Order: sequence, then structure tokens, then C-alpha cells
Amino acid sequence: MNIFDPQGPIAAANRTILIDSVAIMLTIIVPTIAAIFAFAFWFRQSNSRAVYRPDWAESGRIELVVWSIPALTIMLLGGVAWIGSHQLDPAVPVEGTGSPVRIQVVSLDWKWLFIYPDQRIATVNKLTVPVGAPLHFELTSGSVMNVFFVPQLGSMIYTMNGMVTQLNLRADQEGTYQGLSAMLSGDGFSDMMFDVHVVSPLAFPGWAADTARGDQVLNSDSYAKLARQSVEVSNTSYRLADPELFGKIATQEIPPGPGPESSATPTSGISGAGNVR
Amino acid sequence: MFGKLTWAAIPLDQPIPLVTGLIVILALLAIVAWIVIAGHLPYLWREWITSVDHKKIGVMYVLLAAVMLLRGFSDALMMRSQQAIAFHSQGYLPPEHYNQIFSAHGTLMIFFVAMPFVIGLMNLVVPLQLGVRDVAFPTLNSVGFWLTATGALLVNVSLVVGEFARTGWLPYPPLSELTYSPGVGVDYYLWSLQISGIGTLVTGINLVTTVLKLRTRGMTYLRMPMFCWTTLASSMMIIAAFPILTATLAMLILDRYFGFHFFTNEAGGNVMMFMNLIWAWGHPEVYILVIPAFGVYSEVVSTFSGKPLFGYRSMVLAVMAICIISFMVWLHHFFTMGAGPDVNAIFGIASMIIAVPTGVKIYNWLFTMYGGRVRFTTPMLWSIGFMVTFILGGLTGVLVAVPPADFMLHNSLFLVAHFHNVIIGGVLFGAFAGYTYWFPKAFGFRLHEGWGKAAFWFWLIGFYVAFMPLYAVGFLGMTRRMQHYDVAEWRPWLILAAGGAVLILIGIICQVAQLVVSIRDREELRDLTGDPWNGRSLEWATASPPPVFNFAIMPDVSGGDAYWTMKQYAREHGLQGNERAYRDIEMPRNSPTGFVCAFFATIMGFALIWHIWWMVLLGGIGAFATFVVFAWRDHDEYVIPAAEVALIDRTNLEQRRAALSLAGSV
Repeated sequence: MNIFDPQGPIAAANRTILIDSVAIMLTIIVPTIAAIFAFAFWFRQSNSRAVYRPDWAESGRIELVVWSIPALTIMLLGGVAWIGSHQLDPAVPVEGTGSPVRIQVVSLDWKWLFIYPDQRIATVNKLTVPVGAPLHFELTSGSVMNVFFVPQLGSMIYTMNGMVTQLNLRADQEGTYQGLSAMLSGDGFSDMMFDVHVVSPLAFPGWAADTARGDQVLNSDSYAKLARQSVEVSNTSYRLADPELFGKIATQEIPPGPGPESSATPTSGISGAGNVR
Repeated sequence: MFGKLTWAAIPLDQPIPLVTGLIVILALLAIVAWIVIAGHLPYLWREWITSVDHKKIGVMYVLLAAVMLLRGFSDALMMRSQQAIAFHSQGYLPPEHYNQIFSAHGTLMIFFVAMPFVIGLMNLVVPLQLGVRDVAFPTLNSVGFWLTATGALLVNVSLVVGEFARTGWLPYPPLSELTYSPGVGVDYYLWSLQISGIGTLVTGINLVTTVLKLRTRGMTYLRMPMFCWTTLASSMMIIAAFPILTATLAMLILDRYFGFHFFTNEAGGNVMMFMNLIWAWGHPEVYILVIPAFGVYSEVVSTFSGKPLFGYRSMVLAVMAICIISFMVWLHHFFTMGAGPDVNAIFGIASMIIAVPTGVKIYNWLFTMYGGRVRFTTPMLWSIGFMVTFILGGLTGVLVAVPPADFMLHNSLFLVAHFHNVIIGGVLFGAFAGYTYWFPKAFGFRLHEGWGKAAFWFWLIGFYVAFMPLYAVGFLGMTRRMQHYDVAEWRPWLILAAGGAVLILIGIICQVAQLVVSIRDREELRDLTGDPWNGRSLEWATASPPPVFNFAIMPDVSGGDAYWTMKQYAREHGLQGNERAYRDIEMPRNSPTGFVCAFFATIMGFALIWHIWWMVLLGGIGAFATFVVFAWRDHDEYVIPAAEVALIDRTNLEQRRAALSLAGSV
């Protein structure tokens, strides 16, 4: 999961900006730290060779320099941030070979649901994508907030109930990578790790077709079961009964997950109003 | 009768909090019993609990911070050991417990360690530095302290009665809404912070008024010590930012208690609104903490270099610039929410701009040392350790202000390492520097240097060993708050980090030992001059500890570094005639208002958490009635006659003269 070992263009570009920014800052930070040690050591009380200037406290020239150095650095870095933010905006599509793959991501308590609307399939905690193809993610949450993050593929993004976020990535090497949720979402949060299988473009349609022949169906019933709080260990895959499922979750036509089971009957009288819809 | 409170609220099945809680309760009972049996209660009540003396309130703030630091640090030890163990296993802390621990750790460390520590130092020092007798509103000051203590008490009660929030130190909805967090944990969080937040707000108002309205003759704004400037800046930010926190938490309370929908998933609630609001407070908050620490460093570096602060005016400008810009950067806490590139870039650049005045400060301290005679005392070591450590924290901070870099590092352990780097390396080192520097002023004797230096080195090295690995493991994609994990490459770093926590533990043990040894050897460490460090500002012009009225005669200031100037003048012109014209001094009377009010606020807070409505009423009416009684008081001041002032002052002056002549003859 090393972010310095990127497997796609977005992760690589993010890494480059990260390294460049550190390098720019180090050019002023290293001399400053050295000066701190040098000044403190040379002007130690016991050093009789150091000149004591008890009243020296102003110097326009030095002030000009000390305001300029960080200001210039920040102007340079600000440029990097401006250009980087625009080039690496998660909503901007990436180039790639082959036809783009559309993936709808739903974070649930505490598992990931990946819906492939064009292939009419869905998987849990296992993301399979073809190498080299542009990957377009639409993301929402079926309950609380989470962050979708595959460190070696690039940028992370929030998932929020009632909202859809966009993310574009590409994987350039076949292999299995790990993804995770980067936002606390409750007791099962640590188990929200998922595998990303990057397969060859030829194998991908075959995998999709196999999955579509599976006997499990994702409809509102099985979704309701999935939306309950649980840690999912089996990588179930589904045939997608309703291609509009993602939209229904995002627009709250399907209500958000119920939370802990006991909350259906809150013990306090006054707070029960929270359940009225 | 008791709302949601039943015997089930006592975690009999969880040995760790239960045993810890019982030990703490027994220890507290033992202390209380000892106080009562030894007959110290009247003294404590008269001299401390009801005191409105800014110095004593300052000391109590710092004491509260120190005790809470121990509690917060024990949470840290549990987190580090859990993560070192929980590879391919559940470790020893189940998620519902682990999540409470990191939530309590963050809440305690920010609200009940860092805040009271810096506010305590401000309380203790600012009136002395300004050459005045007390803060503007002494009784309000006491109320502020005791309400802060109430908040801390409620957080700790959650250890044995019920549970604490499992939602992180900022309870992001919808996880913190009733649907997903039906327990009382979030309510403990909310009411603790609402009550202590009032305390913080009134303290901010108090300190701003003090700096603006109460300065001794000749103490113009541009002659104030830097610590007074940073107090002013920080307190103004408190006044501007804390109401946002109160309002945000109030909205979450309305959601949880009355079925409102500010931040719920349903009915048009908006979770992003919570994040925007909480960070509109939260980002200024980190500057509220660190700016007073910058003030401490300015005092310490200048004193121990034997020089005025370099670039005083540009430092003032830098402080005020940070004060304003810090309100314009909150969105950098959620670049990954999918806002457009323009929004992200603008907030990224705004965040970087703060690094400019901050960088200027570093250079100002650097050039303060230039041409000086640097004495490597414990406070100076903390300051130099800070300068180096804080620069690294600044680097990683500016790095996560670059949106594409943040896309890889947001919410990772890299971020955790970053904010510990600036809060430990910035705020806490400053608090420790100030503690060591002003301790002799508060108590009349210095802290033991050897133990202090040992504590510094263990803290410094411990910090690097604990948090550099977290930077590394953040690069390996590890996100924060994980209770267990299966990634083998993370583990060595987490074990190393746990080792760092042990080093910090040794540092803390050294600090405790330092205090014990210093109290034991207090006669050797006694400071009779009132000026143990050859200081520059007015707090060193009076005795250590200062008399209740601080200055027998209000000092007359004729330049920056007021006391240094006076000493120079005395050196050149000889000491002036000793016959000072003493007058009667009016001082504010002690008042139990703060303590009684906080007592009722504690009852009300506890009752609100557990939905015990009759008790809410009782506490609310009690707290209000306390105010009314206070408002109807007839006598709020007492007079110290001139003769008594003269006696105290002459004794102090003689002691000082004797000590100085002794030092001169050696």
C-alpha cells in the first residue's frame, strides 16, 4: 500500500507533487535548522569569542529577507497547488485504453458495495477492474461517512449519504492491491479493507459474465440485509436486479442504514421524534 | 426517576476502565479524607477554591492540565500498545472500547490539557507583565476556571458511569447522530464541551479586557511584552471562534435530543455543514493554542539570550496576521470531499500563506539568539527543541495544504504525526518552557534543573521515536483510528512508535520527579530576588511569589522590556531613595461563586446526559441562583491598609537586597 509505489497515473502524479513540494521546502528548511544550531552554539554564554550585542534588535534588511524567503517559497508552492488541484481534480476523467468502466461505490456499515451498472453485477469488498482502462467511480454512502481510498491507485474521496462524489482513476499494472476506508465509521471500521484485482482487459469481460451468472441477486431485499451493521468476510457477488439501485440509495429513495439494532427503540421518550420521517 | 441511568451504566464487564476508575476514585477519596482530617480544608477553601487571585487561578489551571495530561497520556499508551499488538488479531481492546480511548485522548488533550495549560500561564503572567493587580473581572475568572474543571470532571465520570463518545475528538455526523450512536457517549462529549466552552469564552473576554483596559502607566501597546500580545490575539480568537463551537454543538444537541435535522441523513440534514462549522472553530483553535506558546518562546529566547526580541514590530504584525488568516483556511480539513479545484486550490494557498508569518517568527527567534549570550537552561532547551521540531511540523503541514498531496495523506497516520508534531512540538513544549520559566515566580523557588533537562531529552527523543514512524506508516497508506490490521509492513513502525511512547513516559516520570525533588529541596532552590533568570519584563520586578496585590506601587514604564530598562537605569544611576509613598490598596474579595456555580453546572450536565429532567432543573436553577446572589453582593472589595502594604513591600525589598548583595559578593 506504499504511496511511493504508484500503480496508476493519478497516484504517480500525486506522488510527484508530494516529493516536489517537500524538496522545495527542504531548500529553506535545512539551512534554517542548521542556523538554529549554529547560532545557539556559537552564541553560548561560555564562548568568549562571540560578540555580545545586548541592544541589537532591529534590522530592516534582515526583516526584508526573513519576510521574503517564506513568501517566495509559498508563491512557488502556491503555483504547484493551483496547477496540481486543477490537473488532479478527482472529477476530471483520465485517459486510458479501452472503453471506460463505470463503477458505483456504496459504503455500508461496514463493507463496500461495488456496483457495475453496465455489466449488471455487484460485488462486496472486492473490486475487479481491467488494466489500462479509465475507471469512473461514482460514490455515495448507505449510512455514515467513509473515505474510499486505494493508496497505490491515487486520490481518496468521501462517501456521503444523499450525495454523490466523483473519482477517476486508472490502474497500469495487473495485480492485487488493497483499499480501505480512511474515515472512522463505527465499530467495524477497521474491517473495511477491500481487495482491488487489476486484471487484463481480456479477462475482465469474462469475469463480469461469470459473475452475472451467479445465483445471488441484488435487489431491495438483499440490499436491506447488506445495509445492516455487520463485518463482511465473504466476498459475495451479485447479479444486479435493478440498474437504478445506486441512484435510489443516493437520493435516499432507499433509506439509509438502520445503525445499531437497539436504536429502533430509543430509551428516551423525547428523542423518539428523530425517527419520524 | 433517573432517566436513562441504571446499574447497567457501570461497566462491570470491562475491567480496564472499571479498575482504573476505582483506583482514581479511591485515590481522590484518600486525598479528600487527608485534607479533612489534617484540617487543611478551611485553608484550601479560603486560599484556593474561592480565590479570585489571578495567580492562584492560573496555578489551578496548570494543575488541572497536568492531571489531565496524565489521563490523556495513559490513553495514548493504550492506543500505541493496542496498535503494536493488534496485527492479525483483535489486540486487547475491542473496538467499542478502543474508539472511546482515542476519542477521549483527543478531547482531553485539546480541551483539558492544552487549553487550561496555556490559559493558566496567561492568567498567571499577563497581569504581572502589564504591571497591574488582577485581571479585569476576577470573579468571572474563577467562574471560567471552575466551569472548565466541570467539563474535565464530566469526561472522566464517563469512565465509570456509562461510556464516552466513540466518534473521534470531533463527532462527525451522521455517525454521532442518535441513529448511529444511541448511547450516552456523544452526550458526555457534547455537555462537557458546552460547559467548559462557556468557561473558555468568559476567560477570553476577561483577558482581552485586561490587556486592552488595564495596563500600568506608560505601558503602551508597543511596549507590551510579546506574551501579552499573543494573549490578546489568542483571546480575541477565542471570542470569535468559541461561539461557533457552541452553536455547532448546540445544533447537534437539538438533533439528538429534540429530533431536529441539522446534520442527519434524513429530512435535508447536511453533514458537510457540520464539518464546515466545526472547522471554522477548529482551525482557529489550533492557533488559539499555539500563539500563546509563541509568546512563551519569545519571552524565553529573549531572556536567555540576554537581548530584546529581534523584530518586535514584525512579530506583532505576524501574530495579528495569523489571527485573521486562521479564520480563512478551515476547508483544508476536507479537501477530499469533492469540492471543485478552485475551492481546494484557494484554501490550499490560504493555508500556505499562514506559513509566512509563522516562518518570520522562527527567524525572529533565530536572530534574537544572534549576538546574544545564550544560557542553556531548561526553558531554553524546550524552546530550541521547539524551533527545530516545529519547522518539521510546518513542512508536513504545508505539504498537506497542497491538495493533490492531501489526496494521498488525508486522515492517514501521516496526518496524525503532523498534528502531534505541531501540538507537542509547538504547544506542549511551549507550555513546559513556560511552566519551568514562571514556576519560581508562582512559588518562590526554582525547579530542579537536572531533572528538567532529563525530562526534556526523554520527551524530545521520545517524540521523534513515537511520531517519525507514524509519518512513515502514513506513507504506507495506514489510516488513523484502526483498531486492528492485517498489513505486515505497518507493524514494525507501530512497534517502534510504541517504544517512543515509553520514552515519553520516562520523560513524564522525570517531570513528576522534578516536582517532588524541587519541593523537597525548595530552600536550596529559593529565589529571594524575584528575578531568578535576569528577566526583562515586569513580572520579575516584584517578589516571588508576588504579594496578593502584585505591586506595592504600580510601576512606571518608560520603554520596551520594562524591567530590563529599570535595571539598566539603576545600574547607571544607582538605586533611588527607598522611601516609597505607600497607599491603601483595594483588592477583590474571594468568592465561592465560581465553585458553587460549577457544582450546579456539574449536576445539570450529568442530568442532561442521562435525561434526568428534574435534576436538570435543579442544577440550572442552582447555577442561575448563584449568579443572582453574586449580583446582589454589597461588598466586593477589601482594603489592605498602607501600613501593611509598606510592611510587606519593605520585607520583600530587604530580602531582595540581601540576596543581591550576597550574589554580588560571591
